[in-house]
Amino acid sequence: MNWHNIVTVYLKELKDSLRDRRTLLSTILIPTLVMPLLTFGVGTVMSKVIKKAQEEIPSVAILGGEDSPAVVAALKKSPKLRVVATPADWKQAISDKKLRVVLQLPAKFEAGLLAGAAPAVMVYNYAGELKSENGARVLERYLIELREQTIADRLAEHGLAKTLARPFEFKRENVAPPEKVGGNMFGGLVPYLIIILCFTGAMYPAMDLTAGEKERGTMETLLCSPVARVDLVLGKFLMVLTGSLSAMGFMLLSMGLTAAVGGSLMGGGGAVKAGAGAASSRAAMDVIPMIDPVGLLGVLAMVFPVAVMFAAGAFTIALFAKSYKEAQSYLAPMMIVVILPAVIGMLPGIDLNWRLALVPLLNLSLVCKEMLSGVWHWNYIAIIFGSSCVYAAVALALAVKMFSREDVIFRT
Amino acid sequence: MIEARNLTKTFKDKKRGVITAVDHVSFTCRPGQIYGLLGANGAGKTTTLRLLATLLQPSSGTATVAGHDVVSAAQQVRTHVGFLAASTALYARLTAREMITYFGELNGMSATAIKARIKQLSAELDMAEFLDRRCDKFSTGMKQKTSIARTLVHDPAVMIFDEPTLGLDVMTARAIVKFVRECRDRGKTVIYSTHVMSEVEKLCDTIGIIHDGKLCAEGTLAELRAKHAEQDLEEIFVRIVGLEDTK
Repeated sequence: MNWHNIVTVYLKELKDSLRDRRTLLSTILIPTLVMPLLTFGVGTVMSKVIKKAQEEIPSVAILGGEDSPAVVAALKKSPKLRVVATPADWKQAISDKKLRVVLQLPAKFEAGLLAGAAPAVMVYNYAGELKSENGARVLERYLIELREQTIADRLAEHGLAKTLARPFEFKRENVAPPEKVGGNMFGGLVPYLIIILCFTGAMYPAMDLTAGEKERGTMETLLCSPVARVDLVLGKFLMVLTGSLSAMGFMLLSMGLTAAVGGSLMGGGGAVKAGAGAASSRAAMDVIPMIDPVGLLGVLAMVFPVAVMFAAGAFTIALFAKSYKEAQSYLAPMMIVVILPAVIGMLPGIDLNWRLALVPLLNLSLVCKEMLSGVWHWNYIAIIFGSSCVYAAVALALAVKMFSREDVIFRT
Repeated sequence: MIEARNLTKTFKDKKRGVITAVDHVSFTCRPGQIYGLLGANGAGKTTTLRLLATLLQPSSGTATVAGHDVVSAAQQVRTHVGFLAASTALYARLTAREMITYFGELNGMSATAIKARIKQLSAELDMAEFLDRRCDKFSTGMKQKTSIARTLVHDPAVMIFDEPTLGLDVMTARAIVKFVRECRDRGKTVIYSTHVMSEVEKLCDTIGIIHDGKLCAEGTLAELRAKHAEQDLEEIFVRIVGLEDTK
């Protein structure tokens, strides 16, 4: 192994890649834009849509209720609901989003209420549709208030205190620091994004430096030089690793800037700042949760061997291909293999154990989630880091072996 | 000097089984000489040259190039070889200067030596005008000149040309032929593969006719003409490889 040759190959590949639009797109532009787009684009649009749905006074149609005039009248008076005429095909009207929710009052509901045993009422809505769900929630809250008022009235009739039916109240207060809350909320998403970007960051340089070179005929030119093949592989591999790490680096940098800009725009400090910035406004917290910077550093350390594994793996697979297009068809489906464990890691209720700690990517996703929320299981961290290093070493050894195979290099 | 001794290369193919691309080929090419490897497409020329340039490893037999064995001292062989083929392309996103510098560095040359060599090659090949332009914007002639400069940057003792004029226009092909001749005149060992008879007639001191991986005949043009009582090299070639008999 000759480090001078490795560095020469690496610097040439770096220069070459910096002039390649596809590589720049996947290693710099997309990682930089992903967080602002998610936060300010998708996040803002989503919060606006939700806010609009919550501000809307839902339209309610009443089925029955002819013998319950007082209940219907009270409902009509409620400022939180808008009672409309019931269409003949009310189910279709809900589906067509012309009506948010329908309340069915059974016969003799009011009489039953006065007698102390009213039959059940029905609320119809369109599950999964934001405004209809909101309408059902508002209507149900109204019905709960009506029920509580009825209880209070009955207790008063019998000269009993309200506390008989509600002996105590309770309140909930958060004691977790904002960065821990952010870690729990974003703990799954950050490793997920890091894993995906690490892979896409490695993918394009890997294809360009292997199959791309074969296709363009520069691989044979390079092999004519008196440099050992292991030095060529390592120089090229380092470039692929640079692509992978720079994708992650640019995403994290962009995430920090997004948090700082977003935090100040919404009246608070930078969201990544712990301590002083912790008391940022609720509005900022809603969109940009705070993340523990120490946890973030831990995540970076854990991601490094995985980036090595991605770089070596993508390099090996792309090397086997005859052309850029063929390499794309091999590597694109690999995204699913990469995304799947990252998605599983995001699911609530899946916790680290010894077995999962050995599953590549899933272990990273799970441990990062914990680290970002301030939980440091050193035994798991050690085993995950160790196993990731072993996987990375195996992938790199495979890349070196593949590069020395004539049937791979001269595959036509 | 190149000395090939029973050089053999076999490939495994899923459909066709074991293919012998080069079959016990032996020949000698001396400094100051051009050895022409003449053969049809698929005859085994490229594989033979790739074996000599150590891009491939022989299945059996061996060769020495500039005194180094292609099997046991592949890296030393490559230090003394300049390999130019139709399939050896340039890095499109690098300039001609960057391309030559890169290969100078890979050949262990110092920055000063590379700079001086580029200056010399640029003057010899008339490259000054496009030296700092990116290779993807080059005409075929510019690309060929840059490729030549790339192969010559470390001043190798042995030059291997694998169909270097393939697909080139007349003027560019003539420039290549002139360059090959200059290499011989400078005392380099030159091996030149082609299927173009006229190039062989014009250039080669010794001709080796290769067919189905085997070296079927060898000699100077005069020797081949005398042996086969025929002046036309194409006729001689057809007789040797027996193509007409198989039709």
